[in-house]
Amino acid sequence: MDDEIQKTQEERKKMEQQLASMNKVTFDTEFYSSDRFEGYEKSIAVNDDEDTFDTENEVAKKMASYTASKQFFKEVPRGGGEDDEPTGFNKPGKIIDREDDYRRRRLNRVISPERNDPFLDKTPGPEVRTYADVMREEALKRQKEELMKEIAKKKKEEQEKAADKKEEVEKPAQKRRNRWDQSQDEGGAKKAKAGSDWDLPDSTPGIGRWDATPTPGRIGDATPSVKKNRWDETPTPGRVADSDATPAGGATPGATPAGMSWDATPKLAGLATPTPKRQRSRWDETPATMGSATPMAGATPAAAYTPGVTPVGGVELATPTPGAINLRGPLTPEQYNLMRWEKDIEERNRPLTDEELDAMFPQEGYKILDPPASYVPIRTPARKLLATPTPIGTPLYSIPEENRGQQFDVPKEMPGGLPFMKPEDYQYFGSLLNEEDEEELSPDEQKERKIMKLLLKVKNGTPPQRKTALRQLTDKAREFGAGPLFNRILPLLMQPTLEDQERHLLVKVIDRVLYKLDELVRPYVHKILVVIEPLLIDEDYYARVEGREIISNLSKAAGLATMIAAMRPDIDNIDEYVRNTTARAFSVVASALGIPALLPFLKAVCQSKKSWQARHTGIKIVQQIAILIGCAVLPHLRSLVEIIEHGLNDENQKVRTITALSLAALAEAAAPYGIESFDSVLKPLWKGIRSHRGKVLAAFLKAIGFIIPLMDAVYASYYTKEVMVVLIREFQSPDEEMKKIVLKVVKQCVSTEGVEPDYIRQDILPEFFRNFWVRRMALDRRNYKQLVETTVEIANKVGVADIVGRIVEDLKDESEPYRRMVMETIEKVVANLGASDIDSRLEELLIDGILYAFQEQTSDDANVMLNGFGAVVNALGQRVKPYLPQICGTIKWRLNNKSAKVRQQAADLISRIAVVMKQCGEEQLMGHLGVVLYEYLGEEYPEVLGSILGALKAIVNVIGMTKMTPPIKDLLPRLTPILKNRHEKVQENCIDLVGRIADRGAEFVPAREWMRICFELLEMLKAHKKGIRRATVNTFGYIAKAIGPQDVLATLLNNLKVQERQNRVCTTVAIAIVAETCSPFTVLPALMNEYRVPELNVQNGVLKSLSFLFEYIGEMGKDYIYAVTPLLEDALMDRDLVHRQTAASAVKHMALGVAGLGCEDALVHLLNYVWPNIFETSPHVINAVMEAIEGMRVALGAAVVLNYCLQGLFHPARKVREVYWKIYNSLYIGAQDALVASYPILEDDENNVYSRPELNMFI
Amino acid sequence: MQASDRFNINSQLEHLQAKYVGTGHADLTRFEWAVNIQRDSYASYVGHYPMLAYFAIAENESIGRERYNFMQKMLLPCGLPPEREDD
Repeated sequence: MDDEIQKTQEERKKMEQQLASMNKVTFDTEFYSSDRFEGYEKSIAVNDDEDTFDTENEVAKKMASYTASKQFFKEVPRGGGEDDEPTGFNKPGKIIDREDDYRRRRLNRVISPERNDPFLDKTPGPEVRTYADVMREEALKRQKEELMKEIAKKKKEEQEKAADKKEEVEKPAQKRRNRWDQSQDEGGAKKAKAGSDWDLPDSTPGIGRWDATPTPGRIGDATPSVKKNRWDETPTPGRVADSDATPAGGATPGATPAGMSWDATPKLAGLATPTPKRQRSRWDETPATMGSATPMAGATPAAAYTPGVTPVGGVELATPTPGAINLRGPLTPEQYNLMRWEKDIEERNRPLTDEELDAMFPQEGYKILDPPASYVPIRTPARKLLATPTPIGTPLYSIPEENRGQQFDVPKEMPGGLPFMKPEDYQYFGSLLNEEDEEELSPDEQKERKIMKLLLKVKNGTPPQRKTALRQLTDKAREFGAGPLFNRILPLLMQPTLEDQERHLLVKVIDRVLYKLDELVRPYVHKILVVIEPLLIDEDYYARVEGREIISNLSKAAGLATMIAAMRPDIDNIDEYVRNTTARAFSVVASALGIPALLPFLKAVCQSKKSWQARHTGIKIVQQIAILIGCAVLPHLRSLVEIIEHGLNDENQKVRTITALSLAALAEAAAPYGIESFDSVLKPLWKGIRSHRGKVLAAFLKAIGFIIPLMDAVYASYYTKEVMVVLIREFQSPDEEMKKIVLKVVKQCVSTEGVEPDYIRQDILPEFFRNFWVRRMALDRRNYKQLVETTVEIANKVGVADIVGRIVEDLKDESEPYRRMVMETIEKVVANLGASDIDSRLEELLIDGILYAFQEQTSDDANVMLNGFGAVVNALGQRVKPYLPQICGTIKWRLNNKSAKVRQQAADLISRIAVVMKQCGEEQLMGHLGVVLYEYLGEEYPEVLGSILGALKAIVNVIGMTKMTPPIKDLLPRLTPILKNRHEKVQENCIDLVGRIADRGAEFVPAREWMRICFELLEMLKAHKKGIRRATVNTFGYIAKAIGPQDVLATLLNNLKVQERQNRVCTTVAIAIVAETCSPFTVLPALMNEYRVPELNVQNGVLKSLSFLFEYIGEMGKDYIYAVTPLLEDALMDRDLVHRQTAASAVKHMALGVAGLGCEDALVHLLNYVWPNIFETSPHVINAVMEAIEGMRVALGAAVVLNYCLQGLFHPARKVREVYWKIYNSLYIGAQDALVASYPILEDDENNVYSRPELNMFI
Repeated sequence: MQASDRFNINSQLEHLQAKYVGTGHADLTRFEWAVNIQRDSYASYVGHYPMLAYFAIAENESIGRERYNFMQKMLLPCGLPPEREDD
């Protein structure tokens, strides 16, 4: 009896529970009470070690949702720390570290003293440098340079003679020289540069090495030299100090006449390094503030010739002590590190004190002896000297003073809230540390101090500090004056340890200040240019843009005349670097002020008789203009060509070369127009290619290559034939650069219209393939690319068969890079032109070769083989059928390979050729492949797994759900656990495949499985990649459609209770999607019911879902608006801000959706609830409210909202007025015209008429 | 404006609003607002040809004359501005 009762009770309980579960939305216990992961593989291990899921399971139970897999957690910290990551934030690097030698030459330049502003109404005093002074100085420098060169040449000759006789062991360092460097006019003492000569085609011969005088900043990289040895022999520790002070004297071993006099230098135990005496010129008489910052030691070429004088600028002399840091010249990081290291060593090796000895030894058994009477404590002189801080102005030894204020490694606390100072900054900002009384300073000094403080804040400060400092500098720019400002800023920019970010900030300061100072900058134009010009050749794109912007602003502020006056002397500067940067700067000036303004000047410069350098720079300016402004040169093309055309016949070959390059740049910029402007240069160009050789010829060919495409067909064909003779001759040139240019020109010629295929076939192809299709070409990246491009272009003319026939055998070449080049060419050719030209024999060869190349590849990087394979198979189409078994055999074999890369490629190949396999009717084969791939789903490398999934997807897409093997009902359960994989590629391919199945074949899978997938999908809604999120959203829709919304919805609503915000957001999106695909009425009741749950998160989730829902369903919303209005009323009156915010955005979407559909009554009702929220201050809330009102404007019309507005526009409380005017303004901007009819009627008063009688007119 | 919303979208919105001539602010006087209203109205009449035609028939003027009149009225639509009290 009792048993029976118990039984019935239990049954009833069960029934009740079932009933309850029908009323309430809960999990279906049948599915979810137990461990959901039962019977499933929990994850596919991505790495070798075993994952245990115990902890995860616990979390999962608690949260009724998923947490990221362990592997995900492992992956998270990946972002930090790794330096080799290609993207992301790199550690700020010093600019100097990434500069090559050529770019570092910027440090050789001197910030010139200010110049006279000729626009002022006064005659310049004798102390002011005028244009004439500068020009005179430049001329002097040039003369001296010539003289020096003469001397050097003579010396060298003499030495060579001597060398011939004596056969010295020590030969002067041989420089590598190729024929490009050999100029015709000057014997070629030229510095070998790191960068390609072609980038700087005009480098001056004979100068390079003379001007390579190092500034203190780069002395560290001591020039290898013969002379140096002598110093290296001194084994004192003091030696280290001289490596950073030795000028380049040694760099010109043979040429230093005063070699002996080095010995005559007063030696301080081998320590004193003669600092070359500077040429005394007015340059040296810069104001004291600048002097310390001007990196001048040895900046004049004279330095190398007069090394014998006692050091004058003793500054460089002694070991730097921290106390003296701010007194020395620029301190490089190497020097700083050296210093620290030395100090450290000193500290450890110092003599032990008596106390220390006492502590070390036992007290008993030892006796302290007196030192013998004759003992005098000696420390090595060098050591002693090293420890001595040498103050400035004492070139020799001085009595050391005890310095109690000495700072060791600890940076000093900055007074007055100044930011941290780096050791390098001391020399610029050191004086800020002197805590003097500000009142005692003169006004000028106070100003200086103020500027320095602001600059330091900009440079090293926190963002807010930086911002206010920048603003103050801008606002007070005129008050500070141009001089003090630039005298502070510009030296900082020359600091050798500058970092990118710091430079950016300082450049920004200059930019702002320029804008304010306007014409006051004129005396400082050259100074600024010296600092900014290097930015124009920086390798960083943004630095170049910044440089251009500054120079452009500068030229607008200073005016053309000043710019020309400032830069004219640099145009024929002896240093190629200066001329190069000046040319670039000039092109920026031209683009800022207009080419016509600059034309007369350019003309004069290009025809300069005085120096070839001037002509060269002038023509280079034209080239840079063309590069900078592109097709905007067209209006001035003729005049620009006219200006430079005579340069083709110049006596100097560098001028001829740059002229041809400029013409090439002009033609490239003008393409495809403007051939008529080039008429006058055609003849000299054609003559030139017959008479020139080497570098000049290459430049001429380049010009022709760019001009030919501008011509019409007849001329193009004629000229192509003319130039081809020379080109074919140059095919054999061993020079890499020449090869590249020849290839480029061939490409340009061949692609022009008038060139006949037959001509190419007969005259060009044999030589072309003989010379270029060789293994060596595949080794250099640029050659490789150029060759492929040119060959593809030729193929476009002569057809596939010719080209492929010639290279197909090479697919079996033994060199892999060469095979790859062949494959890439075939791929591009076949992709462009199809495979219909290929006959059966060639087809066989091709497939055979491709299979060989594909199987033989060993390097990882190549997608080339894969792409090539895919392209050829797709192009051949059904013709590939006989080869398919073989191909599939290869694929299957490789799917089983040990190397992950090989497996991945095999899988990728399947997805490429799946379509063709279907075309060939090989469905059975595909089915077989499907099964094979299915078996490999346990793949552990995510990249490979992703590819396998992609291959499966391709097969499913092609053969359809019904014919798929393995059957979908087996395939999908296998995919569910893979969805948990966090790897993006796996996720993307998996979700695509699942979505595909949900879309086309949902009925093959039981609903229970789809529910499981729904769970996994929630996680994927927050994937980083947009493609994954979108695919997930779509898949949700498909699943909901397939199995009905109820179950999915129950899952989703439950998910709203989750703590994690992002998860909830994803859920709301999913709910809205389900509503959209399954009609809102299936979702809304349950959703609104959920709002009754007294829980903030749930309610907000519901509101958010409503908001998304109305956004998605648009005008469908008109049927549901009355249903949800009560809910929204409640939400808009809730105490919780987020309720009101979310409800307001729901109202917005609703209003926008139903505009014009006759729901005004409900909307006005809602507007009444929205309106009181206009005084909210929280930005998100007020935004949502304003947008809701905007939505109402659209739906209800502007007049209605205006009427709401009118009550507050002239409210006595200002706060109220402000809000109302804000609403009015957005109303006004949105619907200005519509307001005209609904403005209130204003009564006239005694003075003014406010009425608008026109509106009362009636006919 | 508060410090907090100096950087959000609202500040941009106000910047945008400030660019339009006809927008207002809390210190706008009745006169200034009326001038804006009048000018907007005339601009609207001139901009809508059917409106011009309607006024032309009502006033028995040519359309061109109407347009000219409206444009002239936009100069001082409400008469001279009143003296400001606080000046």
